Amino acid sequence: MNICICVKQVPDTTEIKIDPVTNTLIRVGVPSIVNPYDTYALENAARLKDKDPDTKIVVISMGPAQAKDALKECLAIAADKAYLITDRAFGGSDTLATSYILSQAIKKVEETEGTFDCIFCGKQAIDGDTAQVGPEIAEHLGYPQITYGLECEKAEDKLRVTQQGPDCKQVLETSMPCVVTFTNPSFDVRYPNVRRKMAANRAEIPNVTAVDIADIDLARCGLKGSATRVKKTYVPVHDTNGVMIKEEDAGASARKLANLLSDAKVI
Amino acid sequence: MVNYLFANREQRELAEDAYKILEKELKPRIEEYENADGGLGVYPKEVHDKLVEAGYYAIFVPEEWGGIGLDSVSQAVIMETMGQIDAGFAFAFVSGVINSDKIAHTGMSREEKQLWYDKVQNGAVGCFNLTEANAGSDVAAMRTTAVYDEKTDEWVINGTKCFASGSPNADYFITVAWTDKTKRASQGCTAFFIEKERGVKIGKKENKLGLHLSETADIIYEDVRVPADHVIGEVGKGFGIALSGIKGAGAIVNCCPTLGAAQAALDFAVDYAKTRRQFGRRIIDHQAVGFMIADMTMKLESSRALMYTSLQAAQQDIPNNLDLINKCYITDNCFEVCNMAMQVLGGYGYMKEYPIERMMRNARIFQIFGGTNQIKRKNLMKSIAGRDPEAAKK
Repeated sequence: MNICICVKQVPDTTEIKIDPVTNTLIRVGVPSIVNPYDTYALENAARLKDKDPDTKIVVISMGPAQAKDALKECLAIAADKAYLITDRAFGGSDTLATSYILSQAIKKVEETEGTFDCIFCGKQAIDGDTAQVGPEIAEHLGYPQITYGLECEKAEDKLRVTQQGPDCKQVLETSMPCVVTFTNPSFDVRYPNVRRKMAANRAEIPNVTAVDIADIDLARCGLKGSATRVKKTYVPVHDTNGVMIKEEDAGASARKLANLLSDAKVI
Repeated sequence: MVNYLFANREQRELAEDAYKILEKELKPRIEEYENADGGLGVYPKEVHDKLVEAGYYAIFVPEEWGGIGLDSVSQAVIMETMGQIDAGFAFAFVSGVINSDKIAHTGMSREEKQLWYDKVQNGAVGCFNLTEANAGSDVAAMRTTAVYDEKTDEWVINGTKCFASGSPNADYFITVAWTDKTKRASQGCTAFFIEKERGVKIGKKENKLGLHLSETADIIYEDVRVPADHVIGEVGKGFGIALSGIKGAGAIVNCCPTLGAAQAALDFAVDYAKTRRQFGRRIIDHQAVGFMIADMTMKLESSRALMYTSLQAAQQDIPNNLDLINKCYITDNCFEVCNMAMQVLGGYGYMKEYPIERMMRNARIFQIFGGTNQIKRKNLMKSIAGRDPEAAKK
């Protein structure tokens, strides 16, 4: 199999601090990591490779030069090749523009690495939490998609994915090529290996820029290509004074909730 | 936090990766492992396996045998960082591999050696043992013997080694035995490589003050037969080969784990002293406590500087006696730092609820094993004084 994984470098914290003037993330003093959900995608790819050692795992990341650290981390864990998608023209992209750029970059990387059977992503990045980029890549490429994947296996010419549902798990099959986004599996992500880490530190990670992607429409990239604007970013205030309602059955719980909301004059 | 002044970026990253593995796999369960087996403690094999899988045994195997073969400074940075989580585990882990270099010095075929180096990289644990009940610092007083059997071209080993760290978990042993008692120890003793399957028996596990994650027991050799090619180096030169090792091995085994423990103790004490308030101030702002923290920091940083200086000197083959100095200086200082950390925490430090008492218990043994600090001082004194020419005339 030939697998491409889209990864993002994110700050190692869920307590995001926002610069009130620029409305952007304050990254100073916060170490960067590979988005944890992307590591679940990587581990799933590694497990496919465990079964079929001929599998190739290619990681790509869109971001500034420092995002190469995230790519190196992936190389240290399981990836075979890495590409950094980087250009000033890509800066300020929202999820629509980002997914468009990544879909075009995937096509470009395929020229070197061959057609990918699967595009794996984390279900969302922990800094933005949109969960839109993976599904949008599928739309741009015209591929079938499965979100909230837990684990996967190759089933002849199809990919079988166990998906996390609201209250259940379901097993889906899709033709390939396809896009799968992954959430927390039941297994741990393997640790970086010393030998791989040292090789990763010496690996050349090519840059893929706007110039390299011949057919890219720059009007669909960066701020120009973004359909949304960030008006305000803030950390939601968590109210810890919640009331747990757990009556004998759902009906009784609903009645109690309705009474409480009524008393609070909310309904 | 470890001061990584002596490490490059890659060394630091490898150390931090090892730390992350232990932080997740070991730290939450240290008390459980400490108190397992009726309070004797156990070496956590599952944690060992995680580190081995990530390549942390391969770093001790030379590239020529398929390993990664990191230099001693890299090994030291990693082991020091691991020691921050638990000195006992770090010691057990590293002492299980640091003597694997001696496999190459046996007379076994290249294929057999390669087989063993593959096993080492996959986690096989080695145990080096010298000490006997009546032969501690005076190693020449040992009684273990090896007799050559011409008919089978084997050596027959008999004797009991005590206080053998890691012996209950070992897959192979490296020991020294008398092969010619008519000679001096330096010419009459031979080192052997012995697989566990050859009938090596392990005695009762010791009940120790600390280092519970490193299991210790007697090793009993009763008519254990090993092929002649299991001799390490040459017959009659056991002490030379047994006591030599990879460059800086002594510092890596005997100093790095306790240096990590002392760092962790200092970090804990500093955090505590900045949080705990008495008489309206943080206790670190009371000079009596603040000066202790300053002294602890000086002891730790000077110890670290000495260790890495000695490793760099060893790498460059510069003759020196730093090995003798750093064993005493570093292990004495590290115990003192842990002891002072307990003092900073007062009564809380004495409670098992806090990690300081474990760190202090663990740090104590490093002043004793691997050659007591008194023997090291004696040897240092002799290396400085040389022979008295007047005494030589007599």
